[in-house]
Amino acid sequence: MSITADNLVWKIGKRTVLDGVSLRAEPGRLLGLLGPNGSGKTSLLRLLGGLKTPSAGRITLDGRDIGEVGRRALAKRVAFVEQHATTNVNLRVIDVVKLGRFPHRSMFSGWSEADEVAVEEALERAGMGEKRNDFWQSLSGGEKQRVHIARALAQSPRELILDEPTNHLDIQHQIGLLRLVAGLPVTSVVALHDLNHAAMFCDHLIVLQNGRVAAAGTPEEVLTEALLRDVFSVKARVERSMHHGRPHIHYLG
Amino acid sequence: MTQTIGAARALGALLALLVLSGGAIGLVVAISVGIGDLPIPLSTTISAVTNQLGWSAVELNQIHETVIWDYRLSRALVAAFCGAGLALSGAIMQALLRNPLAEPYVLGISAGASTGAVAVVILGLGAGAVSLSAGAFAGAFAAFFFVALLSNGTRGGADRTILAGVAASQLFNAATSYVVTTSGNAQQARDVMFWLLGSFGGVRWPEFMLVSTVVGLCLIPCLLYARVLDAFAFGDEAAASLGVNVARARIALFALTAVMTATIVSMVGTIGFVGLVVPHAARFLVGPLHIRLLPACAIAGAIFMVLADIASRILIPQQVLPIGVVTALVGVPFFSFVLYRFQRAS
Repeated sequence: MSITADNLVWKIGKRTVLDGVSLRAEPGRLLGLLGPNGSGKTSLLRLLGGLKTPSAGRITLDGRDIGEVGRRALAKRVAFVEQHATTNVNLRVIDVVKLGRFPHRSMFSGWSEADEVAVEEALERAGMGEKRNDFWQSLSGGEKQRVHIARALAQSPRELILDEPTNHLDIQHQIGLLRLVAGLPVTSVVALHDLNHAAMFCDHLIVLQNGRVAAAGTPEEVLTEALLRDVFSVKARVERSMHHGRPHIHYLG
Repeated sequence: MTQTIGAARALGALLALLVLSGGAIGLVVAISVGIGDLPIPLSTTISAVTNQLGWSAVELNQIHETVIWDYRLSRALVAAFCGAGLALSGAIMQALLRNPLAEPYVLGISAGASTGAVAVVILGLGAGAVSLSAGAFAGAFAAFFFVALLSNGTRGGADRTILAGVAASQLFNAATSYVVTTSGNAQQARDVMFWLLGSFGGVRWPEFMLVSTVVGLCLIPCLLYARVLDAFAFGDEAAASLGVNVARARIALFALTAVMTATIVSMVGTIGFVGLVVPHAARFLVGPLHIRLLPACAIAGAIFMVLADIASRILIPQQVLPIGVVTALVGVPFFSFVLYRFQRAS
């Protein structure tokens, strides 16, 4: 068991954004987070990443309350990839990836062998090794997303949290990126919009609706015609794909 | 092994760079000391300094020595430290607020300082016991706290902080104008105006002691925060997810820049443009990583300000231009050149 959330409640002012959300991310697995716009996906990820503190309920990492883990210690094991985070600073790819070593270095320590290895591995995994000296502003959307993932991997995390990483990417890069994430030896929690992609790549799914968990389980258990109608308000047929064996959704007009 | 050699080489390069930049600053300061109604040869300036340090015993013209020690050297050194402090503050503001237009006065510090100054000069607040500088310093910090309050402490985020700074600047500038137009006589208005545009006239060794101590002491924690500033490149949330204590880092860095800027503004008035332009120019030269950028800003800012001070004294014979006018007049063409070069390079 790596990340678990127990009965999370999060309120902004009087509005309840998350209401009694519980989940458990299995080690090494990819947990997909689904839900219509405004259902609380990003908020839940922020809580899981320790960027915000829940109003009630608790989040644990290997049984330890996340609030007791220091900021820096948390960043050593949980990496967070925001939705299209960008910068006007003209950094090189390698500099961005090196930012991932921030939590591992003290104020005075130099650049170590371990830092170098982690950065090289991360660049390699994300397929950005050849672009290491390119400037951030010259990258395409897909490449920027890959650099963020490389930066996150350079943190040497055991848990990786990604907020809609495939947004604005063309289909080739969407599939490539999800395949990359699914193949990583870390526990991942990913918010996604495309239900078919979620069915193809995720081991487990959680569906949020108005801040509550509407369904949870394997893609087969979760992605039912009734759920698509009730939560996403679409008419659809779900069948087992003859190509990859996972559920496939046909949307009806 | 390779790591040790790499580290030794890096240290060597750093030392060489420090000596080079120290030499460059020393040279422009020496040139600055030589220029004026009474020209003094470079060799005389250098001898005067080495005499004082006990390294030499050259016989020098008494008048020359007086001019060097009592007027020009302190002035040039104060200019160097002010330039360094403003450029450093500008670089930090641009990183923290993630805005290329940010500069040291963006949080309303100069507007607050001017209100503090007119309160002392025109309204006579402090009953003569408080100097213009002290009033300006108090005003600067009043504005800073006002902005901190308005931007909801450290939770406000960059845009909100900038808006709060704009509001504070408007408010304090209005207060200054109100006091000047309703209560000031012509002479007082002129004094305040001159101070507002920035002036190194009248700075002596006590001012040097103060500004060198403040900028020197602030530089060290700023350098320790260099990597934290890099982590802010993708925003507050990204910095937090890398393990930065965002609230603490913002408070510490804003406070450091506020202390430096308020000290400088209360001493020599509002000298614009240096804090905005020098960080950009330095970024073109050494890249955006702050461990290199911050020292580069301090060095380039110092050199730029001393050169601007020289220009302010020689552009119009027998007259000293306000330094703020010169920094803009010299700075804009220089900045255009840098922008143009950069455009071609990329």
